[in-house]
Amino acid sequence: MRVVLAEDHFLLRDGLTRLLQAFGHEVVAAVDNGPELLRSLTEQEPDVAIVDVRLPPGFSDEGLRAAVEARTRVPNLPILLLSQYVEPLYAHELLSTGSEGVGYVLKERVSNGAEFISTIQRVANGGTAMDPEVISKLLTGKKRDEPMSTLTDREREVLECLAQGRSNAGIAEALFISEKAVAKHISNIFPKLGLPQSDTDNRRVLAVLAYLDADGV
Amino acid sequence: MDSTRQFADTRPQTTTGNGPDQSLPLSPGPVGFRRSLVLWGLSCRAFWLSLWLFFVYLTLSGPLGVKLMPNAVSRVRRLADRQRALAKEYSGIEIPAPYKDVPDQDRGKALRAQLLAKDNQVYRDWRWATIDPIAGGAISFGPLLLVLSGLWGLTTAVFGAQLSQDWDSIWYLFIPVDGWGTAILAGVLGLVQFPLAFFWAGPRAVNQHSRYLRAMLSPGEGELLAPRIEHLTTTRSDAVDTQMAEIRRIERDLHDGAQARLVAMGMTLDAAEHLLESNPEAVRALLVEARQSSNKALEELRDLVRGIHPPVLADRGLGDAVRSLAMISPLKTDVQVDLPARPEPPVESAAYFAVSEILTNAAKHSGAERCWVDVRHDAGMLRITITDNGRGGADINAGTGLRGIERRLATFDGVLAVSSPLNGPTMVTMELPCVLSSPKTTSC
Repeated sequence: MRVVLAEDHFLLRDGLTRLLQAFGHEVVAAVDNGPELLRSLTEQEPDVAIVDVRLPPGFSDEGLRAAVEARTRVPNLPILLLSQYVEPLYAHELLSTGSEGVGYVLKERVSNGAEFISTIQRVANGGTAMDPEVISKLLTGKKRDEPMSTLTDREREVLECLAQGRSNAGIAEALFISEKAVAKHISNIFPKLGLPQSDTDNRRVLAVLAYLDADGV
Repeated sequence: MDSTRQFADTRPQTTTGNGPDQSLPLSPGPVGFRRSLVLWGLSCRAFWLSLWLFFVYLTLSGPLGVKLMPNAVSRVRRLADRQRALAKEYSGIEIPAPYKDVPDQDRGKALRAQLLAKDNQVYRDWRWATIDPIAGGAISFGPLLLVLSGLWGLTTAVFGAQLSQDWDSIWYLFIPVDGWGTAILAGVLGLVQFPLAFFWAGPRAVNQHSRYLRAMLSPGEGELLAPRIEHLTTTRSDAVDTQMAEIRRIERDLHDGAQARLVAMGMTLDAAEHLLESNPEAVRALLVEARQSSNKALEELRDLVRGIHPPVLADRGLGDAVRSLAMISPLKTDVQVDLPARPEPPVESAAYFAVSEILTNAAKHSGAERCWVDVRHDAGMLRITITDNGRGGADINAGTGLRGIERRLATFDGVLAVSSPLNGPTMVTMELPCVLSSPKTTSC
C-alpha cells in the first residue's frame, strides 16, 4: 500500500515508518504539519493516510481539518486519525464526510503492531475503525434512549465491538465467545434498534455507527 | 419550591454621581422656581430637626440620648432620602447612600458608635442636617428672595414717593428713592426680577442645590469601594481554596491511579524477568498483564487531563466543547451557540466546567429526558442558560453543587440564578462579564 504519514513527533513518525515498511508498505510522504499534509493528500492520493490530529503550526486540530478538507476534495480517501485523546465530536465530524474508509483511534494502539496494521488495512479497504473509547462515549450518550435500554449486557458488548468495526470473527475473539453466538446476538440487536439487517460486515458497521452518531449534536 | 438567587452584585456602578460634572439638565422655568420652593421648605424642616439633633447630641453620652438616638437617626435619614430622591428627579444626580446594617439589639448604642465614627453615612447625614438650614436654605431661598425683592420694588413704585417723605428717606437696592422718578425706576427694577427669578435663578438654584447635596452626602471613593474590596477578598480566598483542592485532587488521582499502575507494571515486568528462563508461558501472561496496566494508566492520565483542561476546549473553544459535552450526556441535549469569537481562556474554562457540572446534575437528579443549552454573548456578558424538563425542585441552598459553581463563577464576577419550581422545568442561568478575543488557536 502507498501510505501518507503525518506526525510531528520525530520518534513516532520514524517508528511508524519502520513498522509500515516492515509489513511491506510504502510510505510515500511523511510530513509534520497541517498545510503540507493537505498538499500531499491531494497530490499523492495514497491508499491510506495515517494522521495525527494535533499538528503544527497551531497544535490544535490541524490534522482533523486537513483530513476533512482532503475527503471533500477526494471523496472516500481512506484516512486513519490518531490522537492522544478521543473526542466524540471529532469522530462525528470525520464520519460526516462519509463513513467509508475512516478510522479514529488512540495513539497508544500503535504499541500493538500487528493489530494496528490490520486496522490500517481495514480502513484502506473502505472499512471503519473506531476506538473502543469513542464507541463507549457515544454509547453513554445513548443510554437513556428507549431501544438501547432493551439490550442485554452481552448484546451491548457485542454492539460496542461491532461499532468499532470488528468482523464477527474479531468480535468472537474479543469476547471469548463462538462466532455462532456472535451472529445470534447481532440478529437480536438489529431488530431491537430498528436497523436494517445487511450481509456485509461493513454495511452493518455503518448502520450501527449512523445509529450511535444520530442527533449527537 | 422556587428558589431564585442572585449573587450580590458588588461591581462598582458607573453612575455614582461622583464623576466629572457634566452639564445638568435645567428644569423648565416656573417648574424650577416651584422646585426651589420645595427645597426651601425642606430646609426649613431641617432647621427644626437640627434643633432637635442638637439636643440629642448633647445628651448622647447619657442613657437618654441613646434612647432618642434611633428615632433621631431615622428622621434624619427620611429627610435625607427625600432630598436624595429629589436631587435625582430634579437634576439627575444620583447620590449613593451606603448605610451600614444596624443590629436590632442595642440600636441606640450602635448608631451612636456609627455617628461618632465619622466615616459613614449616619455621620454625613447629621452633618448635613445641621448645616442644611443655612447652606441649603440659602441656595434654595435665592429665587424666592428675588421675587420678594421684586414685590418690594413694585411697592416702592406705588408708595415710594409718599414713604420717603414719611420715613425721611428709603433705598431700593442701590437707588435712593426720593421722588416719583426714582420710585418708578425702583418699580421697573423690581419688575425685571420676576422673570429673572422664574426663568434664570429657579432652575439654576435647583441644580446648585443638588450639587451641594452631593458634596455633603456623597460617600468618599474609599467607602464606595469597600464592599467591592470585601467581595474581591472573599472570592480570592475562594479561588485559592478551589485551586488548592484541585491540586490535591490531581495529586491524589496521580498517586492512586497512574503512579500505582506503573509501580504494579514494574513489579509484573520484574516477575516476568525472573520467570523468563523457567516458565516462558507464564511470562507471556505477565506481559499481557503489563500491557493492560499501561493501557489503564494511559486511560487514567487522559481522564485526568480532560478534568484539568479538556483538549476539545483548547482546540475549538467553548461552543464545540459544550457540543461535545452534549454528545456524551445521557440526556438528549440541544445546544445553541452564538459566540462571534472566543472568551478569555480562564472564563471559557470556568464556564465549561460549570456547564459540565450542571449537565451532570441534571442527568443524575432531575429525572429529565431533554435538556437545552444556550450560549451567547451580548452587552459584554457571556450568558449561558441550561434548561431541563425534569421534576424541578433544585435548590441552590441544598447541597454544595450549585453553591460551589456559584462561588467559582464569582471569582470572575459571574452570577448564577436558578429557577426550579416543583414539577419543573429547571432553568439555570449564568452570566459572566467578559470580552471576546479574536478567534485564535492555542499554541503550546
